[in-house]
Amino acid sequence: MYRYDEFDHRFVAQRVEQFRDQVQRRLSGELSEDEFKPLRLMNGLYLQLHAYMLRVAIPYGTLSAKQMRKLAYIARRYDRGFGHFTTRQNIQYNWPKLNEVPDLLADLAEVEMHAIQTSGNCIRNVTADHYAGVAGDEIEDPRVYAEMIRQWSTLHPEFSFLPRKFKVAITGSPNDRAAVRVHDIGLRMVTNEAGEPGFEVIVGGGQGRTPIIGATIRKFLPKQYLLSYLEAILRVYNMLGRRDNIYKARIKILVKETGAEKFAELVEREWQAIKDTPVDLPDAEVERIAAYFAPPAYQTLGAYQPSFEEQRLADRDFAAWVRSNVAAHKQPGYSIVNISLKPEGGVPGDASADQMDLVADLADRYSLSEVRVSHMQNLVLPDVRQTDLYDLWQALVEGELATANIGLLGDIIACPGLDYCNLANARSIPVSQRIGRRFADLKRQHDIGELTLNISGCINACGHHHVGHIGLLGVDKKGEEFYQITLGGRRDEQASVGRIVGPAFSTDQVVDAVETIVNTYLDRRVDADERFIDTVGRIGLEPFKEDLYATH
Amino acid sequence: MSLKIVTANRLRDGAVVYLAGSARWSERLRDARRATDAAETDALLAAAERAVAAQEVVAPYLIDVVQADGTIHPVGTREIIRASRGPTIKPPVGSFRQDESHV
Repeated sequence: MYRYDEFDHRFVAQRVEQFRDQVQRRLSGELSEDEFKPLRLMNGLYLQLHAYMLRVAIPYGTLSAKQMRKLAYIARRYDRGFGHFTTRQNIQYNWPKLNEVPDLLADLAEVEMHAIQTSGNCIRNVTADHYAGVAGDEIEDPRVYAEMIRQWSTLHPEFSFLPRKFKVAITGSPNDRAAVRVHDIGLRMVTNEAGEPGFEVIVGGGQGRTPIIGATIRKFLPKQYLLSYLEAILRVYNMLGRRDNIYKARIKILVKETGAEKFAELVEREWQAIKDTPVDLPDAEVERIAAYFAPPAYQTLGAYQPSFEEQRLADRDFAAWVRSNVAAHKQPGYSIVNISLKPEGGVPGDASADQMDLVADLADRYSLSEVRVSHMQNLVLPDVRQTDLYDLWQALVEGELATANIGLLGDIIACPGLDYCNLANARSIPVSQRIGRRFADLKRQHDIGELTLNISGCINACGHHHVGHIGLLGVDKKGEEFYQITLGGRRDEQASVGRIVGPAFSTDQVVDAVETIVNTYLDRRVDADERFIDTVGRIGLEPFKEDLYATH
Repeated sequence: MSLKIVTANRLRDGAVVYLAGSARWSERLRDARRATDAAETDALLAAAERAVAAQEVVAPYLIDVVQADGTIHPVGTREIIRASRGPTIKPPVGSFRQDESHV
């Protein structure tokens, strides 16, 4: 993992003290709310429905056990004993008090964490594949580049007041687990004909009010030019992006209105002017950063571990959990373990302080002290020996963290919605809980197979409903909560925006509607191997519409 | 005119509060001072702006309420949830600092 150098430590500590002074001046009346609001947002502090909300950055979703323990401590000391892991791999606290936030930030700084770049019109905290460094299909660990981008973008004077927020996602694998096509910039590692690694650069993707799949503006960027090329993109956006209309200010609108080809030319021109200047890092600096992400000292183990296979045969619940929650690791004898934060009837992405502590302890014991946060609002233990899986699973069962539903219908992604959020039009969490209860039978979920269901409480799409196989968007109809359903969205390397299936459903109808959709799929699929998304692709929306609206 | 009250968030902790007197804010909606005409509404807003200037509350605004069962109730899901002082779902149970102002 990356460790702060002296500059990082000093900068974060200074920032805490600066904010302490700003809070003091706000409380004394020296600063008005209008003056203070942009300052608190620069430190991740929002004012939500019931209280302040602090969004803490978890750069590229990687945490040490020590950091996770600190997050638990903060949940207890400053909040109500829990936190919410978000679709941007961050954590949000729902009840901090303004006067206590400086102390909270000082505690975070002790473990090299902060809340900078989690709000405002800057380059936000970079997200990455949560299997980075351990996935078998990976060309290189994307976190090396994510960390370079973090250092480059933090307090970048030119890019601190962009037309709008700016999100970068990066994956080192051809199989996209970081949803790179729905970000302002998506970076996908590829190799050229000579076998050299570089990046496919995708620009202008996004969700929200205007969902757009990003366009590739460069098929292969030699990796040593990553920062200068990003700088060129940001410069073009900063100069030409709209500042007169908040709904048209994201780079996706600029790319759409300019045309991807023309936009690529503008970037190319800018890039040629700054390429081979000190913007790009010297090799020694890249190597210094890369060394932090060097693979740990794995044991040499066989790919076949008899005790693990025996445990799997002996315990059906364990076998089901392995099937859905355990993924292949690049190192023989090791596995990647997904910890579901979606228990039946739970709040997607929420974890209690006790659960955070437990995950930290289990990371120390079984996963080389490292934890990941996924954009699906789950946690990951990346380095678990297969022979430890059974013991780990039992400990997770004790902590109510062993729901075997990763990638299945119960693994619902939901934004906080109107239960917490000031922007929401409708609630997301209660709908996710009701769907979870309707499909509580895990065997049924396994029979249905891979299916992503995403819920957003408003058009800002924090629940990523546009790219869910089934997407639910909460809308307000004359004071009542309704849910518009989209089908066929996907966030992977074949990313697409879901299409609206028809008129929205009321709160009372929406769970039945989801069940109808699932039943239509089960009736129509060729066989159990045809996934929901493939059936939708093959038969289109019409059969779903017929079943949904025939009786209405 | 419909019945109106003023709500805001308290500066110090962000809690939802209602203007209860000319300079008093309460976490209980039922304590809110009600306006029945334009003059009373203006008076409420003026009092709220004084509280903003005094660093007590942030972003005050008027909401509609209806009278029933001897008390007042907010109109619309958003204000009903705000008035309930927490989410409509049960958050995870974790050990945490007990705090009077959260109870």
